[in-house]
Amino acid sequence: MKFLGLLTVLITGFLLIQAERDFPDWGDVNSPASSYKLSQHYITQTFAETSVPNMVTAVLADYRGYDTMFETVVIFTAGIAIIGILRVFGSNIKPDHPEVVLTKKKPDLIVETTCRLLIPIIQLFALYVVAHGHHSPGGGFQGGVIFGASFILLALARDLQYAQQWVPENRILNLAGIGIFIYAGFGVASLLLGGNFLDYGVLTAIIPGDVKDAHSHSMLGVEIGVAFTVTAIMFSIYSSLSSNGHMKEGI
Amino acid sequence: MIWIFDMIILIFLILTAFISLRVKDLLSAAMIFGVYSLLMCLLWAGMGAVDVAFTEAAVGAGVSAVFLISTILRTSRRSSD
Repeated sequence: MKFLGLLTVLITGFLLIQAERDFPDWGDVNSPASSYKLSQHYITQTFAETSVPNMVTAVLADYRGYDTMFETVVIFTAGIAIIGILRVFGSNIKPDHPEVVLTKKKPDLIVETTCRLLIPIIQLFALYVVAHGHHSPGGGFQGGVIFGASFILLALARDLQYAQQWVPENRILNLAGIGIFIYAGFGVASLLLGGNFLDYGVLTAIIPGDVKDAHSHSMLGVEIGVAFTVTAIMFSIYSSLSSNGHMKEGI
Repeated sequence: MIWIFDMIILIFLILTAFISLRVKDLLSAAMIFGVYSLLMCLLWAGMGAVDVAFTEAAVGAGVSAVFLISTILRTSRRSSD
């Protein structure tokens, strides 16, 4: 069986290396991806149409907004699935691996003080990444992950219950839902104002500024929605994984 | 000059991928997998895909390593393979 596996891996690797020869060179101007008209349009017209300098965010949140909305839904569904598999109600259920004994110690002074200094800075940076996502690298996904990681750090340094004072379990799924609601709300708002779904241009009726500003500001709103969902799901995945689904004591 | 850095990172990338597959202790495997993600992030940044590098650093090297380690601490630590 091991030999068969090795053979499969070798044949697949050989085929992949053979196929790699047909790829265009890295950064080749004549490659299909670079010479196609749509890429030219994105590179030359993004700033004129949306006044967003970071064209990656413009493609993600505006031109391909429908895609990103369902990516957010995928993250939401993954979080729901993990909670559905791991969450255990009641306290008299024995853990599967009783040999794992996690000693509960008092939080270490150095670790605690360092985290108390670090966590506000991490959260501020996360908010900057979300709010500045259409001007510099970043956006809702990265900012949301960093914001969720700050709560995970809090749970690691102190206790899971301590961190859950700020993000309680029953509110965290509401928070995740609110994120998708904000994103889809921008789509529905543009539908109601007579445009296509997620066509931010028609939102000039409710967002101050011209069409370009409507695009730019809607992208910010959409990123905030993504950040809500990602933050909530990251922390809920961590809390259900680290507490064996009891949501009581973490690692 | 930049290709030397690329070469070093690529060699370490393959090394970390191989070691994280072969090592028996799951905690070290998770750690080395985090290093793999960090090297991948450096490669993305070198290719100019800063947004992808950012995501790789936040998700791959940061949060997924924590998820793996917290799962390992809650289950038995050594692989039977």
